[in-house]
Amino acid sequence: MFGYYLDLALHSLTRNKVLGALMVLAIAVGIGACMTTLTVLHVLSGDPLPGKSGKLYYPQIDPQDARGMMPGTLAPEQVTLIDGMNLLRAKRADRQALMAGGAVPIQPGSSSLDPFYVEARYTSADFFAMFDTPFLYGRGWTGADDEAHARDVVITRQLNDKVFDGADSTGRSLRLGGITFRVVGVLDSWRPNPHFYDLTTGSYNYYEQAFLPLQTALELHFAKNGSNDCWGNGTGGVEGNAYPSATCVWLQFWVELDSAAKAAAYRQFLVHYSEEQKALGRFQRAPNVQLRNLMQWLDYNRVVPGDVRLQAWLAFGFLLVCLVNTVGLMLAKFLRRSGELSVRRALGASRRALFAQLLTESGVIGIAGGAGGLLLSLFGLWMVRHRASDYASLAHLDPAMLLVTFALAIGASLLAGILPAWRACHVAPALQLKSH
Amino acid sequence: MELRPILATLRRHKVILWLLMLEIALSCAIICNGVFLIVQRLQHMDMPSGIAERELVQIQQAPIEPPADRFARAQEDLATLRQIPGVQAVAMSNQVPFGGASSNGNVMLSPTQPHPTLNAAEYFGENLVQTMGLQLVAGRPLRPDEYVNADVVIKALADGNDKGFPMPMLVSQALATRLWPQQNPLGKLLWLAPTASFRVVGVVATLARANAYNIATAQYSMIIPVHMGADKDQSYLLRTRPADRQQVIAAAVAALKHADPTRVITHMRAYDEIRSDYFKDDRAMAGILVSVIVALLLVTGLGIVGLASFWVSQRRKQIGIRRALGATRTDILHYFQTENFLIVTLGIVIGMVLAYGLSLWLMLHYELPHLPGIYFPVGALALWAIGQLAVLGPALRAAAVPPVVATRSV
Repeated sequence: MFGYYLDLALHSLTRNKVLGALMVLAIAVGIGACMTTLTVLHVLSGDPLPGKSGKLYYPQIDPQDARGMMPGTLAPEQVTLIDGMNLLRAKRADRQALMAGGAVPIQPGSSSLDPFYVEARYTSADFFAMFDTPFLYGRGWTGADDEAHARDVVITRQLNDKVFDGADSTGRSLRLGGITFRVVGVLDSWRPNPHFYDLTTGSYNYYEQAFLPLQTALELHFAKNGSNDCWGNGTGGVEGNAYPSATCVWLQFWVELDSAAKAAAYRQFLVHYSEEQKALGRFQRAPNVQLRNLMQWLDYNRVVPGDVRLQAWLAFGFLLVCLVNTVGLMLAKFLRRSGELSVRRALGASRRALFAQLLTESGVIGIAGGAGGLLLSLFGLWMVRHRASDYASLAHLDPAMLLVTFALAIGASLLAGILPAWRACHVAPALQLKSH
Repeated sequence: MELRPILATLRRHKVILWLLMLEIALSCAIICNGVFLIVQRLQHMDMPSGIAERELVQIQQAPIEPPADRFARAQEDLATLRQIPGVQAVAMSNQVPFGGASSNGNVMLSPTQPHPTLNAAEYFGENLVQTMGLQLVAGRPLRPDEYVNADVVIKALADGNDKGFPMPMLVSQALATRLWPQQNPLGKLLWLAPTASFRVVGVVATLARANAYNIATAQYSMIIPVHMGADKDQSYLLRTRPADRQQVIAAAVAALKHADPTRVITHMRAYDEIRSDYFKDDRAMAGILVSVIVALLLVTGLGIVGLASFWVSQRRKQIGIRRALGATRTDILHYFQTENFLIVTLGIVIGMVLAYGLSLWLMLHYELPHLPGIYFPVGALALWAIGQLAVLGPALRAAAVPPVVATRSV
């Protein structure tokens, strides 16, 4: 029976091409707009480390002075160097890493390449294991290397291709700002989006190409990137190679905690740490501790741009108008066929059968609209990729969103078909037949 | 035109009537708010910087190995750049309006105040007023002998030493008005840290911040007489004639490279590029809003064409009878046009309520101001126009129905 309905639907669509085309077009445009914006939203609000993100936490403590303290004041979003080193050396989590963004000059060995700057991350040994970074060659450095201020560097595949022609460069030397470093590892392509571990340097499409021990970088006064917040007489990052003062927060500290119990214990540890620092006179405020996991941290920072959400709402509003439009057109189309439907009723078809037939027709329109919508959203995403936004290059359709496109298109057109089909199969057959 | 027959007919097609009205109402609500959003974006993009945008170029450089004396290096570089033909003025600045990377300070009106009054941009660098083309509206510019090297200031702050303070500073008119409303700002004191006080010696008309996200605080700026050392975060600003900009950039890069062949030039651009880069998201959003509004009008228009055609074909017989009874073509044409006008008007009335509701929702979630009343007629006019345009075709076809149709049986 379904095959017959399908046949009828196709026949009916080709009979009134303009009306059919209008309906398919309305659904296609609405779906295209929705899927373009939803895909961008989906990509931007995705989990940068699936499977791992639930175990990664971002501790916040409050080392600010007592001036302007109010109940409910939010703890700073970064840590001071002293607190960062204290927490790092306390080793109370399964893994922990302290870090800051920076930029280092690379002086390639070959004379054919001019020196150039790359974005860098100054961090500690656990960074690589904690964030599951894939290594192409070699490995990260160790905690002992951190304390020894080792001249070790991990570079990305991209930088390795540029400087070492893609060869296994582990053990080879690389000059950074006049100092000779030893390459200990080469990362395979690793581009977490959003750039969750440091949102101050850029949320999307920001990648470092060199990773070096934090204490080494500080000793050598390598330039830092990112933001800092100071209180009291603190000055931060005002002057190139001077680091922010002790009353400034400017580093990020991440921990890995494998269970909820460990997370609770770590939170307790942070409270104790704050109390201890207050007893020592360094902290002036009552313990003000936060321990958010990775996704909560992204949420708290509202990392998805407001414009992207607004665009998604706008597209849904547009789809709604397209759907109302389609309901109207479908109603007109079905009512115009009252005569034909009455004949089928008179010949014994049940209302249910007519309803099924008409809904099949809406479904066919939905599939056609979905296909059109898919093409339009591919075009839409292509347009997004050619915009100047930071996240532009990330806008790609994935298989999940492809399925959503068709589900949305067919669902929407069936929804749009219900009212017209119900009205049309309640036409009184005798009246219709008599009037003709 | 007699309205009663139209209303009587419409009452017999309630479902289609409601659908049409709903579609028009939704479009109207989105269009009213959409146009408002577009205007907001355009206003944002139009934000004044206060500087001679068309005459400025920015060059940023970074040394491979740090120079022995960064402050001396900065002065040497500025002297080199001043020699370039076509360059009218040269300055080094830690930030530029709409540059993105910013340096800001918390402003207090007394050293013991618990909460800062506000946050404002801190511009450091010599010769900024002349090079950026700022307009001094009161007081005097900063004198070269008032400048202090940044490392000296940082050391003094770290030691809690207030020697050398208060330092002179310039403030923007917007900041002066906000801090000291209806008072003369010249000679007034403010604090950026408990031991760091500043005395206002001059006021510039406008100077936008590097991160001017919020239109209300975008013009809160201060210029402080601090020399910075040459490093990757500082910008060399060169003022020149608009036509000479590319030439000056090329010459400046060559001169800087000549002075230190190992250094890396990280940015070199005309100021126009900085502005257009900063507002790219606003421009994109305005473009998207325009396309959505056009698409909405098109879809609504095509929907009206479809439904009007359906109505015309359903009423062919009645139209024929009316024609046979003496109605002219114009009467039939006007009938459909009036009918459309009525439906669209009803839709617009519902649309106004929806537009108001939508604007409340947007205010709640997107920190937007209230939708001003002026935007309500915009949606109404657009929909009346598209409605009349859309119905014209079907109405003309209706008017062309010959009276003889009345006498045909099927």
